[in-house]
Amino acid sequence: MPIDYLPILILVIVALLFAALALLVPALLGPRKPTAIKFSTYESGKIPFGTTGRRFPVKYYLTAVLFILFDIEVIFLYPWAVVFKALKLFGLIEMGVFVLILLVGYFYVWRKGALEWD
Amino acid sequence: MELALFVVLAVIAVIAAAGVVLSKKAATGALFLLLNFCTLAGLYILLNAQFIAVAQVIIYAGAIVVLFLFVLMLLSPGKEESQDRKPYIRVFAVFLAVLMLGEVGYVAFTGVLSGTPGQYTPEKIAEVGNVQAIGQVLFTDFLLPFELASVLLLVGIVGAVVLAKREL
Repeated sequence: MPIDYLPILILVIVALLFAALALLVPALLGPRKPTAIKFSTYESGKIPFGTTGRRFPVKYYLTAVLFILFDIEVIFLYPWAVVFKALKLFGLIEMGVFVLILLVGYFYVWRKGALEWD
Repeated sequence: MELALFVVLAVIAVIAAAGVVLSKKAATGALFLLLNFCTLAGLYILLNAQFIAVAQVIIYAGAIVVLFLFVLMLLSPGKEESQDRKPYIRVFAVFLAVLMLGEVGYVAFTGVLSGTPGQYTPEKIAEVGNVQAIGQVLFTDFLLPFELASVLLLVGIVGAVVLAKREL
């Protein structure tokens, strides 16, 4: 029932309020003395080189695609886990076949060196 | 309560969808898409489809938006505005949009929007649980599509590696 999700709704509202407060209160109370240094990009104390508009390596794409595919695999595990006892051995076998087929893909990725970062 | 939530979520969803199309920067558009996916998850919960809502957050908001952002960074960011915007493309796009709108409007005003009620009424789902109901049906009646999904995922894995790792 949707009413069971009321705590999540409250969490979302509190999170939004917190974000709004964290942005609004400093903007209203904080003194503003802008300098060039203050407006420069800060990233862990490193001096920035160039803009962020540089092209990223294709390796990130491969990681993201593989993440999606294995993410979808994991989604199927949730409904399986809650009815596992009712399905008995049959459920174990069918999920075994499912995971085995995807393990072939996993070993393919592994052997091809697609998980290596070079 | 339910209607108020629906209106709020639907308005945010429409604004976010407009933001996806209208944003000057593609990365901003991707973040609007994230907002849109999150509001859709809320709408799914209102529709009593909790599992779909969770899948929406985990797969779409979690993984697909990340992929979109990576692809945007992969292409040259900041220069994604197309240089050669031909006028006939815009005319064609408007034509397609009007056609789509007409089709949706026709279905909405003439057809029956609620499907035929099946075995799983909201009361039954509340009794056995949404995820349990899906699992029970998915792993018995829809066993073959479920197993075929793994083959589909395997094809995706191999395809991604072949495309991204040409040199191997």
